[in-house]
Amino acid sequence: MSKTKIYWTGLDQLHNTPEFQESAENEFTPATSAEHLLESENLDEGTTKRRDFLKFLGFSVGAATLAACETPVNKAIPYLNKPEEITPGVPNYYASTFFDGTDYASILVKTREGRPIKIVGNKNSKVTSGAINSRVNSSVLSLYDSARAGSPMKAGEASEWETVDKEIGEALAKLGEAGGSIVLLTETIISPSAKKAIAEFATKYGEGVKHVTYDALSASGSLEANQACFGVKALPAYDFASADVVVSFGADFIAGFPNGAANAVGYGKMRDPKGGKMSRHFQFESNMSLAGSNADVRVAIKPSESAEAIISLYNKVAKATGGNTVGGGNSEYESALSQAAKELVGAKGKSIVVSNSNDAGVQTIVNAINNLLGNYGSTLDIAKPLYVKAGIDSEMTQLIADMNAGKVGALLMHGVNPSYSYGDAAAFNSGLAKVGLTVSFADRLDETAAGVAYLCPDNHYLESWNDSEPKAGSYSLTQPTIQPLFKTRQFQESLLKWSGNDTSYYNYIQSNWAGIHAASSNASMLFNDFFNTALFNGVFDASSEGVVTEFAGDVNAAAGSIKKSTTGDFELELYVKAGMGDGSQANNPWLQELPDPISRVTWDNYIMMSPSDMIANGFSRLERGDFMANVAEISVNDVKIKAPVYPSPGQKKGTIGLAVGYGRTAAGACGNEVGVNAFSVAHGSFTVGAVTVSKTDETHEIAQTQSHHTLMGRSAILKETTLSEYKADPKAGNPDALLYVSSAGAKKEESHGHGDDHGHDDEGHGHEEDAHAEASHGNPYVAANKVNLWDDHAIGSGHRWGMSVDLSKCIGCGACVTGCGSENNVPVVGKEEVRRGRDMHWLRIDRYYTSDMTEEKAKAEGVGAIDKFTAMEAAAEQPQVAFQPVMCQHCNHAPCETVCPVAATTHSNEGMNMMTYNRCIGTRYCANNCPYKVRRFNWFQYHNGSQDFSKNPANDDLGRMVLNPDVVVRDRGVMEKCSFCIQGIQAAKLKAKKAGRKVADEEVQSACAEACPTNAIVFGDLNDKDSWVAGNAKDERSYHLLEEVGVQPNVYYMTKVRNVVENEA
Amino acid sequence: MSSHEAWIREPLVLGDKSYHDISNDIAKPIEGKANKQWWIAFAIALTAMLWGVGCIMYTIGVGIGTWGLNKTVEWAWDITNFVWWVGIGHAGTLISAVLLLFRQKWRMAINRSAEAMTIFAVICAALFPGIHMGRIWMAYWVLPLPNQFGSLWVNFNSPLLWDVFAISTYFSVSLVFWYIGLIPDFATIRDRMEKASRPISQTVYSIMSFGWSGNARAWHRFEEISLVLAGLATPLVLSVHTIVSMDFATSVIPGWHTTIFPPYFVAGAIFSGFAMVLTLMLVMRKVVNLEEYITINHIELMNKIIMLTGSIVGVAYITELFMSWYSGVAYEQYAFLNRASGPYWWAYWAMMSCNVISPQLFWSKRLRRNITFTFILSIVVNIGMWFERFVIIVTSLHRDYLPSSWSMFYPSWVDIGIFIGTIGIFFTFFLLYARTFPVLPIAEVKSILKSTGSQYKK
Repeated sequence: MSKTKIYWTGLDQLHNTPEFQESAENEFTPATSAEHLLESENLDEGTTKRRDFLKFLGFSVGAATLAACETPVNKAIPYLNKPEEITPGVPNYYASTFFDGTDYASILVKTREGRPIKIVGNKNSKVTSGAINSRVNSSVLSLYDSARAGSPMKAGEASEWETVDKEIGEALAKLGEAGGSIVLLTETIISPSAKKAIAEFATKYGEGVKHVTYDALSASGSLEANQACFGVKALPAYDFASADVVVSFGADFIAGFPNGAANAVGYGKMRDPKGGKMSRHFQFESNMSLAGSNADVRVAIKPSESAEAIISLYNKVAKATGGNTVGGGNSEYESALSQAAKELVGAKGKSIVVSNSNDAGVQTIVNAINNLLGNYGSTLDIAKPLYVKAGIDSEMTQLIADMNAGKVGALLMHGVNPSYSYGDAAAFNSGLAKVGLTVSFADRLDETAAGVAYLCPDNHYLESWNDSEPKAGSYSLTQPTIQPLFKTRQFQESLLKWSGNDTSYYNYIQSNWAGIHAASSNASMLFNDFFNTALFNGVFDASSEGVVTEFAGDVNAAAGSIKKSTTGDFELELYVKAGMGDGSQANNPWLQELPDPISRVTWDNYIMMSPSDMIANGFSRLERGDFMANVAEISVNDVKIKAPVYPSPGQKKGTIGLAVGYGRTAAGACGNEVGVNAFSVAHGSFTVGAVTVSKTDETHEIAQTQSHHTLMGRSAILKETTLSEYKADPKAGNPDALLYVSSAGAKKEESHGHGDDHGHDDEGHGHEEDAHAEASHGNPYVAANKVNLWDDHAIGSGHRWGMSVDLSKCIGCGACVTGCGSENNVPVVGKEEVRRGRDMHWLRIDRYYTSDMTEEKAKAEGVGAIDKFTAMEAAAEQPQVAFQPVMCQHCNHAPCETVCPVAATTHSNEGMNMMTYNRCIGTRYCANNCPYKVRRFNWFQYHNGSQDFSKNPANDDLGRMVLNPDVVVRDRGVMEKCSFCIQGIQAAKLKAKKAGRKVADEEVQSACAEACPTNAIVFGDLNDKDSWVAGNAKDERSYHLLEEVGVQPNVYYMTKVRNVVENEA
Repeated sequence: MSSHEAWIREPLVLGDKSYHDISNDIAKPIEGKANKQWWIAFAIALTAMLWGVGCIMYTIGVGIGTWGLNKTVEWAWDITNFVWWVGIGHAGTLISAVLLLFRQKWRMAINRSAEAMTIFAVICAALFPGIHMGRIWMAYWVLPLPNQFGSLWVNFNSPLLWDVFAISTYFSVSLVFWYIGLIPDFATIRDRMEKASRPISQTVYSIMSFGWSGNARAWHRFEEISLVLAGLATPLVLSVHTIVSMDFATSVIPGWHTTIFPPYFVAGAIFSGFAMVLTLMLVMRKVVNLEEYITINHIELMNKIIMLTGSIVGVAYITELFMSWYSGVAYEQYAFLNRASGPYWWAYWAMMSCNVISPQLFWSKRLRRNITFTFILSIVVNIGMWFERFVIIVTSLHRDYLPSSWSMFYPSWVDIGIFIGTIGIFFTFFLLYARTFPVLPIAEVKSILKSTGSQYKK
């Protein structure tokens, strides 16, 4: 049977209805417009009744009103021509270099939509190994500083480049012709191209041009000593990773020291007890420094006793190694020095002796000790030395004398601020007034620039091209990551222009690098490839052998030349804070609000004094949350400064400390009038010598983020052991937290424990069975992590993000805190709010001092509980120090989650405790119920300028550019906390998903883990058995903070191991 | 005694009142004009209230940062005041509901004002969970409302949510109970007023009395509903403060994490509630001449309850101390040691002496019946109970697990202003109530009047 197939376009056609036929004939249906309807004569007869009309009217008005209520639309304007490398939402990283005369760091700059927003370390660098400190990762905010000069200035008034170029050029030309003295006063310059540009400038303007290097944080003594001993005006590169024994005399080699962050990397490696080997660290110092707080043996000595102690150590080492002894060296710290000498000699070639002295004599002896120990060539590299300090103090003194004598015709200053940082600033200022042409390249109208004729503002380094040679043979490049924000010009470019060279500095660097290229083993590469590879990597290491020189120092002469420090009731030693540094970034609110690692004080410097001295002199010791410090006046020579006095356990009695970098007067709104300027008493050396201290009637509010300083006998919070005990038992100091479970209780739990699969893993979550087994064997105590009151989350599959914090490796530097703040837009709240205990840091580093009173002592001496705890509140005179970074512990049984009435904080299926800001109504119950007190509440509107929090960068248009667009800025009235950098996790997961692979270990880094120079913080997937963090979690040293509370955190801490011998410290 | 009637108990109403006397006495403040003292008191209360409202508006406008809280102590005066006010409210419910069920007729002299006090105290209390929120404009999110926010729902695990239900239930039941009791009395006032002379008042009372006719059926239903509501309200006496206590008891913070809290809080609430009733009644009986209705016997009975609940509270304090020691948990032990000897020792000892030691003085009958002493002690008890909540909240939080987070709490002027403001709100309402509402249940008091032939023998 044949059948004709019928194709139809719709059921209407198939059924062939009359309507269909009609419509098929009328191809164009008549339009039914409003006019048509109104023209209709049958309008009255329509079905739309008055009531319907009113309904429609009501609906329309209602709908229109509702539509009008919509939130305003913020337009994001797309690129007209999208730059090839920029995809909105995807960050770009550029390798670059930070150097500000204090810190050198090879870095990666994270940019989003053309804005640099974050700095991380560049692991390609052999000089820094990817280490950065808080000053480096905060430097991105200094870019968006509205206090920067917006244009060149002439006598403090805004001007144009053409004008200043013309006038300066003419003045220089006149001087050059007349052979007048033109002095370039700069910070240490490590850029080969900049050095060349300076040389070119010198050539142009003749014999009279002189380049003087001035370092606010001077290493002049070391440089002179190394010049004398090795013929090298540079600093040795330290390899702390190979140093079994470190003896430091006052040197804060992991923080304030040149290349401190890089030293921390090596130092951290030797603080890992795995394998049973750790470095031994002796510290002889008066102020409690960051290095001293990490030392195994810390001996408090006065600054005036330091030189004798070093000589004594030299003699002891010399005796043991057959060197020549020198006279002197009578030190009252015999036993500690003998011990240090013994261990140094025992670790010949694998030790480091280092001093912070700025006396060439002292440094020569230190060099001699290192030489006797055979450390040069192994732990100290002088063959390929560090060039990061070059200033010789005497040259500066000479310059100021010349200036005052009217011998200087022109003074061009780059990277220096002597009116602030030079001890005798008055002499400098009076000299400056006598100089004919004064030019500053400062980025703002700072203390010095205020007194010059021309301010030619330099670019921020993130807007600049540059190159560096921080260490002989190791080069790195700086590349701009943003167009200059203001009408500024790079210093080198200005110099080239005034030298009559119109090439751009970028081309100038390239031509200079042609030489490096030619001399390198990559000479066969095309230059462009070579340069671009170096630019991409950020660094280039020339494979040159260093120049090995024999030690040629004269120890006897050096010992004789040491300047005697004056002694008195109090000796003052200045120090450099791990956060603030030399104060050049004083207007950076991140740094101002970063708590000092030791004192935990923000927004201030203060006189550090031993608590017993404070009692003797009637100063308040700021106990029990007291924040009103007494102000003291210290006077040295004829300089008097007033500063609050703050207790510093560990401070040598009879000494005081004061940090430099504060007391700026022309840094900007954030940095002005914060603290006092300690440089004003420096006079060439940070060891000031005798000062008088007198109490005044004034008081001063101190803003500290931690007001209780001892552990109160709660040793389970910060577990500690010694290396020898650890070697005997890796679980030493880390006993399981035990809970009492009666056998009846255990049985009951058994019935609860079965029945549902909890997705157990190996890490001891919800092992009820074990608990019963143990309990039923007659021991009613079981490990706290094996007792479980709750149903577990399904944590066995997928990702489970976790973190480990090795307390042994944590040096307390605070790089993680600023790293976290920069990644997560953590608001800066200002001094007043910190003083009220409202700092917003998602990650804090708790610092604990040991106390003289211990549980054992109380028991032995029969001290009552009240007296015991009262005594425990006070730190010991010479305490041991421990640091403990605390962030959200991402508990699996989070107490915050159960109490939130609106479920704004919930658990993710990847093991994280999450915070939904939009849902939060701000009851703060979660924060109260957090045993770790890591939640932070937005007490005020900290951003958007509606309230007076001008210190917070999110309050002005320029500062807001630093915000990470991946992280929402939190509003007033909501709770916030560490998110484990969930934005990074999501990005990495997306990347892995697109590539069709699993997320690799260490691919996801929390900002704190990324910033940590010692890898104390490790982040990763606990369910990835091979991950670093999972390995750490299984380590015998691992424990949970407050395990017995039963909240089952995803952060593991690892017992702190000190390399101390019994009865030693 | 010459009378042939057994004189077993002292009469509850003294002064040989007739039914009409009762109506006259109680309606007098409503029908008469306010005296100077009332106006002075009202002006002070109103000023305090306005000041408090200003502080609340400042808080809402500027932020919770205007209070003295910090990252460690995130609740302080706000929740202290909340718990204190809720506790004060408890006496009303206890007197009106529990004592009704137990047929304690003496309650009739005080129940109306105690219930009014409950309503006003709960209003003051309910302010705090609202204004302590960082984003009060989102406060409705704590209600399980169907919403457009996706699958968002409230968290039924949170004691704060239980609070929302507990307080709102408590408030509505108390309000209804109070109002039902007022209806016959409003009708009395309505009927006593002449429409011609006070047309507005008469109309208002007429509306408020819901057309009460006073017939037997109305009275029957009135009695029934009173009993039903008493039955409903009785569990609330226990539940409200139990749930409030769970805000703390279910947490993990040493000093909060305590199973004794529910009974301890309930006893403390009744303790403070009776003290507040006494404070108010002692003033009121003097000012409004109700000494023959609120007699020294009433005062003594209330003092006995204060002594009893004060002793329960004292036992609870000592049990807490014992349990902290017996637990063997170092954090618990320190939390309690710190209360007694830490930076806030003075608050702890203020609490101890006001709440534990002072009520024991009521073992002396002479002191129990001494009006001046009772008045002073009623205030002392409420100071003590405020400190109890302060001690529980602030001294537990300010030094909890990690010593690095330990801090101090200092109240700001806004904290103090809001507290004073709630006292102002309370007294403003109470003074208005005293002038416009029958402060004693007219109808009920008449039911306890001893009207035998004896009074005609005189």
